[in-house]
Amino acid sequence: MANDELAVRSAAREPRSEGVSGEAAKGSSSPSHDPLLIAGKKFSSRLLVGTGKYKDLKQTKSAIEASGAEIVTVALRRINLASADGENLQAAIPPEKYTYLPNSAGCFTADDAVRTLRLARELGGWKLVKLEVIGDKNSLFPDVEETLKAAKILVTDGFEVMVYTNDDPISARKFEDLGVAAIMPLAAPIGSGLGIQNPLNIRMIVEQSRVPVLVDAGVGTASDAAIAMEIGCAGVLMNTAIAEARDPVQMATAMKLAVESGRLAYLAGRMEKRESASASSPQTGLIHVI
Amino acid sequence: MQSQITVNGQARPAADLVFISDLVAELKLDVRKVAVEQNLKIIPRSAYATTQIMDGDVIEIVGFIGGG
Repeated sequence: MANDELAVRSAAREPRSEGVSGEAAKGSSSPSHDPLLIAGKKFSSRLLVGTGKYKDLKQTKSAIEASGAEIVTVALRRINLASADGENLQAAIPPEKYTYLPNSAGCFTADDAVRTLRLARELGGWKLVKLEVIGDKNSLFPDVEETLKAAKILVTDGFEVMVYTNDDPISARKFEDLGVAAIMPLAAPIGSGLGIQNPLNIRMIVEQSRVPVLVDAGVGTASDAAIAMEIGCAGVLMNTAIAEARDPVQMATAMKLAVESGRLAYLAGRMEKRESASASSPQTGLIHVI
Repeated sequence: MQSQITVNGQARPAADLVFISDLVAELKLDVRKVAVEQNLKIIPRSAYATTQIMDGDVIEIVGFIGGG
């Protein structure tokens, strides 16, 4: 009985080849033929970007345009009552053009995260949210227990939850069982730019998951994003890697290309690694062969 | 008696405020860009004009800013 259950469970967990299905598998390389599907909605860009840490809103706008991203994360904070009519994000990054992904950054408990994201839903009318519950203010690692608690409440409440979590396949599976829209394991600590510290874990999460897996946090440069995509991630979410580059707009372009490039390499299916050399030129017809 | 409320952590007089919509107007806020919470309860935009402000209310008014 227990074994049967296990068999059913494991069959249900056959990796869904989100990456190699449909048009994409037929060799089409255009992002429009290989959309990212999140909560039933199609996106042609697999790069998601944050809107924080830029010099000003002008730079935010230019960098986000260069990135080609369609989904942008935003934070929810108290309005500055002294200058409520100052510059605002919505003017630079119009919500009609971009899909806003409100986050619960800065929340350390499930209750605070749920409260924040409910306010975000009221503000924008969006059900798609990025849930994060931080467990430590220095490492900014997620508190998985609190995040699970919040995810359960939000999913029950009708939210589409993209969840920031650690790179642990077991907690990733728990989030999937709760019905989240996407699992977003960290590559490295938020804002560290260290790249994927544990590609093995990310790969395990990708292979076991039937919802999109996106690397969120820790990407530093273009190759990091490409590696995430080559592993099979459905997308990459980043902020600091672009915002803190010497030239954020140029880096945004680099990230766009890296994500597309990594995706194509994943779809193309890389060659097998071998332990010895294998000549690329024919070994026959050489003029000096006796 | 001077009634007082707390908005975003700051105390302010509320003598002239009857409804949430009065507060939003006094602060010159674009209602499409804010969300309002009164004593931990979210007030839908459609209810600003009918939701009364009471002495001692704790009100939070939030908006979106850049973030990752």
